[in-house]
Amino acid sequence: MSGSRASILVKQLRKTATGIAGFDEITSGGLPQGRPTLVCGGPGSGKTLFGMEFLVRGAREFDEPGVFMSFEEKDMDLVENFSSLGFDLDDLVTRNKMALDYVHFERNEILETGEFDLEGLFVRLGYAIDTIGARRVVLDTIEALFSGFPNEGILRAEIRRLFRWLKDRGVTAVITCEQGRGTLTRHGLEEYVSDCVILLDHRMIEQVATRRLRIIKYRGTTHGTNEYPFLIDEGGLYVLPITSLGLTHKALTERISSGIPRLDTMLGGEGYYRGSSILITGTAGTGKTSLAAHFASSACLRGERCLYLAFEESESQIVRNMRSIGVDLQPWLDNGLLHFHATRPSFYGLEMHLVSMNKLVRDFKPSVVIMDPVSNMISVGSAAEVKSALMRFIDSLKMEGITALFTCLISGQHQDLTDMGVSALMDTWATVQDIEINGERNRGLYVIKSRGMAHSNQVREFVLSSDGVHLIDVYIGPGGVLTGAARLAQEAKDRANAKERTEEIERKKREFASRKLAVDAQVSGLLAELSAQEAELEKLAQQEAKRKASAERELVELARQRHAD
Amino acid sequence: MPDKKTATELFEEAATKSESEKFILSLFVAGMTPRSLRAIENARQLCETYLKDRYELEIIDIYQQPGLAKDAQVIAAPTLVKNLPPPLQRFIGDLSDPEPILIRLALKKEGKGAS
Repeated sequence: MSGSRASILVKQLRKTATGIAGFDEITSGGLPQGRPTLVCGGPGSGKTLFGMEFLVRGAREFDEPGVFMSFEEKDMDLVENFSSLGFDLDDLVTRNKMALDYVHFERNEILETGEFDLEGLFVRLGYAIDTIGARRVVLDTIEALFSGFPNEGILRAEIRRLFRWLKDRGVTAVITCEQGRGTLTRHGLEEYVSDCVILLDHRMIEQVATRRLRIIKYRGTTHGTNEYPFLIDEGGLYVLPITSLGLTHKALTERISSGIPRLDTMLGGEGYYRGSSILITGTAGTGKTSLAAHFASSACLRGERCLYLAFEESESQIVRNMRSIGVDLQPWLDNGLLHFHATRPSFYGLEMHLVSMNKLVRDFKPSVVIMDPVSNMISVGSAAEVKSALMRFIDSLKMEGITALFTCLISGQHQDLTDMGVSALMDTWATVQDIEINGERNRGLYVIKSRGMAHSNQVREFVLSSDGVHLIDVYIGPGGVLTGAARLAQEAKDRANAKERTEEIERKKREFASRKLAVDAQVSGLLAELSAQEAELEKLAQQEAKRKASAERELVELARQRHAD
Repeated sequence: MPDKKTATELFEEAATKSESEKFILSLFVAGMTPRSLRAIENARQLCETYLKDRYELEIIDIYQQPGLAKDAQVIAAPTLVKNLPPPLQRFIGDLSDPEPILIRLALKKEGKGAS
């Protein structure tokens, strides 16, 4: 009992892969198998392409033949239109992989004369399905019937019956519908298709077109509820899978060189982590592109592929400019390791950029991606949008273990203020700053942060020379940090000062020696005086003793004369 | 030019022609349902009444010949297609109301009774 229930459940969730890039990922498998799916959208939103690609890829990649029933475009027109996308419909038709049926009707040719049904449509569709053994069916755009048949009641009942019939036939069907005002479809057909409803949207944001896809309903399965940007290019539809988003990427421990040995030293001696995201900020003309070019060149030197997304300069301009500082990118372009993709940001909407960048990454499979400069993106979206787009791009790169370097133009001296607040997304952040002293502008480079490594806290002078970028120790003295000519002048001054100080000591020494001589002479003079005084004192004492003796003798003599007793 | 006809002459010529012109009709039905039989009966009656001896009516069951449904651009069933004379016209339904059909086929003038 429970076993059969489980098998029913599994059967319900069975899906048919569309083969449309990215779409099967966001629906975790594709469209509901054996059920009709409603694809609605405004004019030019890509409904017909969605349906046709579903059939062509089904026929080519999954060996599932399909029937395309068109109510709007003639089959000859369809063949012609889709040949530009590399879909050879004629070939598929002759190989019985596809059947095209153009349902044509003119309002003024038709007159209603009583009871009828749309059995003709059923017979045609059934006949086409049986002829090629179709597993997939597209009805594009069935609502057109409403313009040909005045009796809406019969039409609705018949369309409902058609959807049920498709389900009974077990074909996976895509039914396209024109979007109405405030409703999903102009004639409310979403009521009849309850399994899966997809909305395609083509809107203009600040004069830039953005295509989006949303799964409104998908019964019996989990699906992304976001709006997914998608792209229509020469390869068909490409939906950006944001489902891969998440902080589940593996951190790599491998280190790769920044292309500048001294910068590697500043980054714990080994350079960036592979798979990390690096931000280089700086004001205009501080050498951000030069740092990026060094990194690109070093990646190619290791034999890795590098994708350079340029938003400001053309490929040849970057190559020429970098040659002037001794970085020759041309050989890498020639051997295909380096690929430039130069577009103006305003060329697409932000989401379109994101999709096209993802597509480039998917096609080129680089191990290093450079975006130069990311700050230009702000011209096509708000700060929050740019941040979220970049976050998704960075995450998708990280999932692939691709190292990404972004340059960002900042204004003014507030080096910690990136316009979009993208710095928090970055693992390593180095900034190049202008230092203006004494009528001279020099560049200083320092690492603001670098997650997971002991990085230098020192400011290094950043010198662009004809043989590349050099990082030099700056002068740090009482006058502050000095660079360039001021550093050289200060160093010369320091040398002069040192010399002066040694001379001073010598002079002091000499002065001391002579003073010592003088003092010594003084001391001996005093000693001589002292001994002279001593001799005089001796002489006085002797005289006193003599006088005392003679006085005694006189007293004795006196007494003798007086005959004293 | 001597043989140039006036608009009036052309109109009169067309009017007389339409009375003698042959009608080629195809009736597409889906199986022998009561509705299909009703349509066939109504179509026959209409032709016999208004187009006697100058019509060809072909009845096609699209279940039997599904390929023909595609070729004739049939969507609804039953459908009566007037292939000739031009223009091509389609009448969908069981033909239970002959009045608008006759008007469309220019066999009867609008708003007036049978002539």
